[in-house]
Amino acid sequence: MNDDNHAIQMEGIHKFFGKVHANKDVHLDLRTGEILALLGENGSGKTTLVNMLSGVYFPDHGEISVHGRPVTIRSPRDAFDLGIGMIHQHFKLIPVLTAAENIALGFGEGLTISRKRINAEVAELAARYGFELDPTQKVYDMSVSQKQTIEIIKVLYRGADILILDEPTAVLTPLETEKLFAVLRNMKADGKSIIIITHKLNEVLAISDRVEILRKGEFIGVVKTANTNQTQLTEMMVGRPVSLSIERPEPATECDRLQVIGLTCLNNEGVKTLDDVSFAARSGEILGIAGIAGSGQKELCEAIAGLYPSIGGSVLYTNDQEGTPVRERILGLSPDAIVKKGISMAFVPEDRLGMGLVAAMDITDNVMLRSYKDNRGPFVDRRKPKELAERLIKELEIVTPGTSTAVGRLSGGNVQKVLLGREIALQPGVLIVAYPVRGLDINSSYKIYDLLNEQKARGVAVIFIGEDLDVLMEIADRLLVLCGGKVSGIVDPREVTKEDVGLMMTQVAQNDGEVAA
Amino acid sequence: MIDTATALLMAAVLAGTPLLLGALGEILTEKSGNLNLGVEGMMFMGAIAGLIGSYSYEQALTAAGFEPSGAISALVALIVSFLAGAFGALIYAFLTITLRANQNVTGLILTIFGTGFGNFFGEYFGLKAGGYVTVSSVTKAAFSPIHFPLLSDIPVLGKLLFQYNWMVYFAVAVALVMFWFFRKSRFGLNLRAVGEDPAAADAAGISVARYRYLATVIGGGICGIGGMYMSMVTTSGVWVHGCVTGYGWLAVALVIFATWSPLRGVLVAVIFGGLMIMRMYITIPGLPAQIYDMVPYLATILVLIITSVRQSKEHAMPAGCGLNYFREDR
Repeated sequence: MNDDNHAIQMEGIHKFFGKVHANKDVHLDLRTGEILALLGENGSGKTTLVNMLSGVYFPDHGEISVHGRPVTIRSPRDAFDLGIGMIHQHFKLIPVLTAAENIALGFGEGLTISRKRINAEVAELAARYGFELDPTQKVYDMSVSQKQTIEIIKVLYRGADILILDEPTAVLTPLETEKLFAVLRNMKADGKSIIIITHKLNEVLAISDRVEILRKGEFIGVVKTANTNQTQLTEMMVGRPVSLSIERPEPATECDRLQVIGLTCLNNEGVKTLDDVSFAARSGEILGIAGIAGSGQKELCEAIAGLYPSIGGSVLYTNDQEGTPVRERILGLSPDAIVKKGISMAFVPEDRLGMGLVAAMDITDNVMLRSYKDNRGPFVDRRKPKELAERLIKELEIVTPGTSTAVGRLSGGNVQKVLLGREIALQPGVLIVAYPVRGLDINSSYKIYDLLNEQKARGVAVIFIGEDLDVLMEIADRLLVLCGGKVSGIVDPREVTKEDVGLMMTQVAQNDGEVAA
Repeated sequence: MIDTATALLMAAVLAGTPLLLGALGEILTEKSGNLNLGVEGMMFMGAIAGLIGSYSYEQALTAAGFEPSGAISALVALIVSFLAGAFGALIYAFLTITLRANQNVTGLILTIFGTGFGNFFGEYFGLKAGGYVTVSSVTKAAFSPIHFPLLSDIPVLGKLLFQYNWMVYFAVAVALVMFWFFRKSRFGLNLRAVGEDPAAADAAGISVARYRYLATVIGGGICGIGGMYMSMVTTSGVWVHGCVTGYGWLAVALVIFATWSPLRGVLVAVIFGGLMIMRMYITIPGLPAQIYDMVPYLATILVLIITSVRQSKEHAMPAGCGLNYFREDR
């Protein structure tokens, strides 16, 4: 029996990973020629669900039908044969091969492969849907959006009529997202059925026909996009009403905690990554740092934290020496030496699992990384870190089977909570956070904002490096704008518009005095 | 002077051939993402199996009253040594691909196992044959230099290119076939994908396990043939205790030196071969022989330093090498 109205139907799907019940009795119904948005927070089981369609996982229980016919999908190959193509969140591309080689990989017959033919085919396909792509370019030379283009063309090349996109916009700029959506609409007009996974509400409303919501692995409901709004979707996704505005309490006690004076750094190629950067971070306020990606944000935090070499300038930390505040130079000291001076500075790096935490170690051990050096003798005390880990899990609502779960197995939001929780537990004087909500869903993001405001109220000088200008404008007390390693101004976000800041991000102000607050 | 240089080059080619075969086998294996450090073990297994294969063939035919043929004897050695090396690799493949055991540990164990396997059966057949095991002159002749009409008589060039035993040409042919395989064939492209990123290859519908098994087993077979060269050519068909020792590790180093390219492997094998036999052709008074023996290993260390400093994406180890793949891993 062939049912042309339903591209995919999934019934009563269950999936376990060890003790974690990732999908509990989930349903999904994708109609032919529609765009269905799959909405849910991190760890709600969206990716797990679609991975059972793409053949990466096999359901522990439940039924799948494609075009009304019950099917068993055992491998990615089976998925292709059914016309299902998945564009993964983490691209599955081979960097040393060309675009065309990646696209044709694993497809086609015969002993030899004609580079000429596949190059021509890929170029033709790219042109038809309006992509820009050089088939002979190596993938390691490509930008993220080009890589995504390859992934999409790869799926089309195999003749898929059902496309699944896992968080396709997470890595794209707004302009690239617009282009992608235009392509998706072209495909829909072409009769293709599309599932798009996202947690960005405005995108859901912009592109989809219907929305399916998952929460903690459970099916919550399906709504027509035309009949819903952001508030309703958020409520279904989170399970309770959430206010979408960010609080900005008045700064508590203001005094300069950290002074950066004329900080200048060079990279390996001898190019200035930071050029005469000066500012002060005050206690009890959040100092936002805005700028186009690669304007020196990473170098700035790492130079302050003692992880990046500088060639000039100074960083002074106002420390309390037996009751008298003194300014100590910390630039050029190693993180260890900074700690030895009795300075408590916390740093939440951008690369959470690379620089912040050890993915293969459990929560207790990761928490312990910051404190085990205080132990005397050859043995480590695991009891206190375990207590702290348990407290963090409870207070920050970290979803994990227990303290002995490897951090790498947690979802992005939970990883960030472990990291931020550990740093806050140090009771730092300065807290530097780099892109703290990148890849996090609404609920986790707001939890992080609350935590930062809590630190601010306790008199911590918070330095918040962000990419979402809307968020920075709402949460920061002052906003420092970087442009090409230079400070193009420090402004009060209450008094300037987003456009003003956008302009400062692209050009250094002629007269610093005018914009400085 | 010319004579010394020619003689050195010829000797370098002869000494480099078993290294080339070992390295080619390992290149094929590593391209699939399996870092099989058991090259030495598989070469030992191939060495003894090839020798015993030829020996048994001769004994059987002589006992039946026939005259053994050199060509068939060589063919038997080739097939049996391939099978022995492939068998060693199959153990490795089963442990790492199916049971997902640690690749480094498994490879080291294979080296220890293969070394013991080779020496044990070498001694065993030696005792049975009454002292030492050796093949007859017919087989030895099959492994001696070939004289091509006309070609071999060209001055200098004829000596340098056309006066080797058949295994030298065989090794170069394997290198050429592998070069074509990686460059032009669909399966070669698939194999490279499996070695670079098994998850991506899997998502593209390529069977990671099948490619890894085949590449590892065939690669192991080629290593086995390299070992057979040691027992049939280098030691002239006599089993010498520990005859492969050190060669397997040099072959692994050669893979790095050749930056995973079969054709560069040919060139680099001659260089390594030359370093190994240099002391017989260039004598520096007062320099102990042991210093000469160190040179290939010093060169290996040098290569490791150079390759790690010069970071190239193209001439690097396959990115997935050394990592086992499990689809549902999170």
